[in-house]
Amino acid sequence: MHKPDSAVFKRKVWAASGSGMRGNMANTILSVREIVKDYPGVRAIDHLSFDVEEGEIHALIGENGAGKSTLIKTLSGAITPTSGTIIVNGREFSKMDPILAKEQGIGVIYQEFTLVPGISAAENVFLGEKTSAGIFVDIKDRERRAKELFDQMHVEIDVSKPVRDLSPACQQIVEIAKAVSKDVKILIMDEPTAPLTVSEVETLFQIVRNLKKRGVTIIYISHRLEELFELADRVTVMRDGAYVGTEKIQDIDRQKLIAMMAGRELKETFPSRNTDLGEEVLRVEHLYGNGDKDISFTLHKGEILGFAGLVGAGRTELMRVIYGADPMESGKIFLHGQEVQIHSCNDAIASGIGYIPEDRKAQGVFLPMSIKWNTIINNLKAFSNGIFVDEKKENETAADYQKKFGIKTPSLDQRVRNLSGGNQQKVVIAKTLAANSEIIIFDEPTRGIDVGAKQEIYKLMNELVEGGKSIIMVSSDMPELMGMSDRIVVIYEGVKTGEVAKEEFNQNYILDLASGGNENGTDEKNMD
Amino acid sequence: MEQTKKTWIDYYKKFGIYIFLAAVFIFFAAAAPNFLSYKNIINILRQVSMFGIVVTGVSAVMIGGGMDLSVGGQMAVVGMILGYFMVNMNMGIVPAIVIGIFIGCLFGSLNGLVAVKLHVAPIIVTLSMMLVLQGVAYLITGGYPITGMPEAFTMIGQGYIGVIPVPVIIFVIFIIFGWIVMNKTYLGRHIYALGGNKEAARLAGINVDRLTVFIYAFTGFAASIAAIIMVGRTNASQPGAGSSYPFDCMTAACLGGISISGGEGKISGVVVGVIILGILDNGLVLMGVNSNFQSVVKGLILLAAVAIDCYQVKTKKS
Ligand SMILES: Nc1ncnc2c1ncn2[C@@H]1O[C@H](COP(=O)(O)OP(=O)(O)OP(=O)(O)O)[C@@H](O)[C@H]1O
Ligand SMILES: [Mg+2]
Repeated sequence: MHKPDSAVFKRKVWAASGSGMRGNMANTILSVREIVKDYPGVRAIDHLSFDVEEGEIHALIGENGAGKSTLIKTLSGAITPTSGTIIVNGREFSKMDPILAKEQGIGVIYQEFTLVPGISAAENVFLGEKTSAGIFVDIKDRERRAKELFDQMHVEIDVSKPVRDLSPACQQIVEIAKAVSKDVKILIMDEPTAPLTVSEVETLFQIVRNLKKRGVTIIYISHRLEELFELADRVTVMRDGAYVGTEKIQDIDRQKLIAMMAGRELKETFPSRNTDLGEEVLRVEHLYGNGDKDISFTLHKGEILGFAGLVGAGRTELMRVIYGADPMESGKIFLHGQEVQIHSCNDAIASGIGYIPEDRKAQGVFLPMSIKWNTIINNLKAFSNGIFVDEKKENETAADYQKKFGIKTPSLDQRVRNLSGGNQQKVVIAKTLAANSEIIIFDEPTRGIDVGAKQEIYKLMNELVEGGKSIIMVSSDMPELMGMSDRIVVIYEGVKTGEVAKEEFNQNYILDLASGGNENGTDEKNMD
Repeated sequence: MEQTKKTWIDYYKKFGIYIFLAAVFIFFAAAAPNFLSYKNIINILRQVSMFGIVVTGVSAVMIGGGMDLSVGGQMAVVGMILGYFMVNMNMGIVPAIVIGIFIGCLFGSLNGLVAVKLHVAPIIVTLSMMLVLQGVAYLITGGYPITGMPEAFTMIGQGYIGVIPVPVIIFVIFIIFGWIVMNKTYLGRHIYALGGNKEAARLAGINVDRLTVFIYAFTGFAASIAAIIMVGRTNASQPGAGSSYPFDCMTAACLGGISISGGEGKISGVVVGVIILGILDNGLVLMGVNSNFQSVVKGLILLAAVAIDCYQVKTKKS
């Protein structure tokens, strides 16, 4: 069914190019006109039109489920729009396909990684490319060329290592190299900084700016609005699949952008809370395992304890040990002063520990199953009378969380696979909270989540600690970590390098600790 | 054009398997002599029952993200043991059945344990198990079938309760049980979770290893029940019995919408898949189609059904 279609529209391409370019779009490299994309029960994109100028960095923002990812998938040819036109370099298309998009110089870095984990960085960069004559792959040549690319970006990556052994930041850079190696003219990046920390973001920005200098046009999607003011030339806002407006970045401020996205004024703060720290609930002593060395800390009732560190510092690894997902080599864990043995996640849950994992796709959600099914899976026993699942309670709980977090979906029976990235993340959080644990570990809870929903999550965290629970929060978003935590533990390469009390919170100080405790700050960014 | 195609696919998603069933049924009702006779319908049901019980077990394994190619071997060995105990050793029916079921569960657990403890892919574990058991079945008597089961025992395969054959009753109990477990209990949800995303299941506090062993044991249980019916029905233990089962079971499961990659599928679909395959087998024989050609037809039907299903999944994912 696809083949004939694409033949038809190729003829159209020729016809369009024959009729020449449109004069009034001299430096418009890409336009979409009246694009509509319908899914059963949802209009993901609703008569959207906007233009991207050659050589600019054009940001695209909107709430979770606004249709950003869907839009770029139509541009890359991953999906076919229901109706509408895409104009690239003056040529009109009724739809794209991946090969054609490549011919037109469109490269995409998707929200979810598309690397093949088991093969090397070099192989991934040139995946699907024919880099040498004949039928044999010249691996050395590929590795050399990949190395060249990384050198151009001023990053050090072992090109022969399987990408599954690389940090998320490096994987992201491999994704970029993969797109750039194809000689792209338009590079679309869907939340590229979501898995990165501040210093890694800086590297990425440098790469993006270099690309811009080389004349590449960039469409940049992010929920971290502060990034746009550093990077973007113009910004287009979407809401509910429709176009809201395009602004020059110097003509707009953060507050206005948020209002455009949400369709209403929205305050952005770290809500204050009213808690007295109670007795100690958790104590970890000299914990070794999973790459972490000699880590000790305590957590009190009603406390939010932050964990800072670079990506790969060993924070997630530590949480996984505490949660029983990975083995502890030595050390002790005490709950309410009582030593506990945690050998499996089940033990942890039984002891009242819940964990919101950072990698939603691999560890968080069950993609083929429905939203409501996912919501209660972590605590099925509480939702059943011993044997049978209480479906009424299931519906109620799921509806509850849907309302609380604004999970955007036509129905709770929708498969999680069909939700937008941010909405999937909300399901992950709901699913852990529904288990009603006493200590909850939030590992990068707001990754990929829009401004409004972030507020809801912060509020909810406050409610939880006010209700006597305790929270451990791992986050790479420094303002968030400092805004929410009572105390911050800093980890560097598996070692605890510091513990900072709320009165002493200071971004540069914490970042120094996070990069090995170097006294002279090297990070020029200060977001205080 | 685009729109009509979509609705057709959506329509298929909902009713496709039933449309297939209806089409196959109508075709043979028209084309195969005696297809609609009472005797033949009962015959199909009886045929389907034994097979369907095994498919229910295999489906549970597949929903849990695994695979079981050893069910045929398990049936053969359990069948031979039943015959050996009841005929050669004059053991009572009840103890023989209990031992048979126990051994079936044991084989299943063994599959699960090896897969879990040695981290061997289920397809390899059960393939090896299949080869081993097929050999063992022949070793028990040196390849001779055992005949002359106690009369009461043959009732299980040949008898009726009212007008309904006993195997059909057992099958119905099985699917009701299977449906309730998979849809209503949290055990069932855990199985879907295991197949849908093993790591997420582990982090959700599910004991994935124990669950895996349990599911394989259940499949072994199902295979042993089928073996009991098989021996009762033919009044003989055949070492070569069940050799076509591994792939026939997967065919039926896939027809019924069970995903090879796990986490998806419904018991109701499986029942329909089983019946379709049963009708095909029966109808083609009635029409005098030779067995090689039957195999061709089955293969094509499976491919067609699954291809349409995949096509729809692909459009949905994108
Ligand atoms: N395959 C699909 N089937 C059904 N609905 C879908 C499908 N893909 C996307 N949607 C719906 O389309 C809407 C837009 O989704 P999209 O992924 O484009 O959002 P987004 O703007 O990228 O959000 P986020 O910021 O969370 O990544 C959502 O409501 C989503 O549920
Ligand atoms: Mg998205």
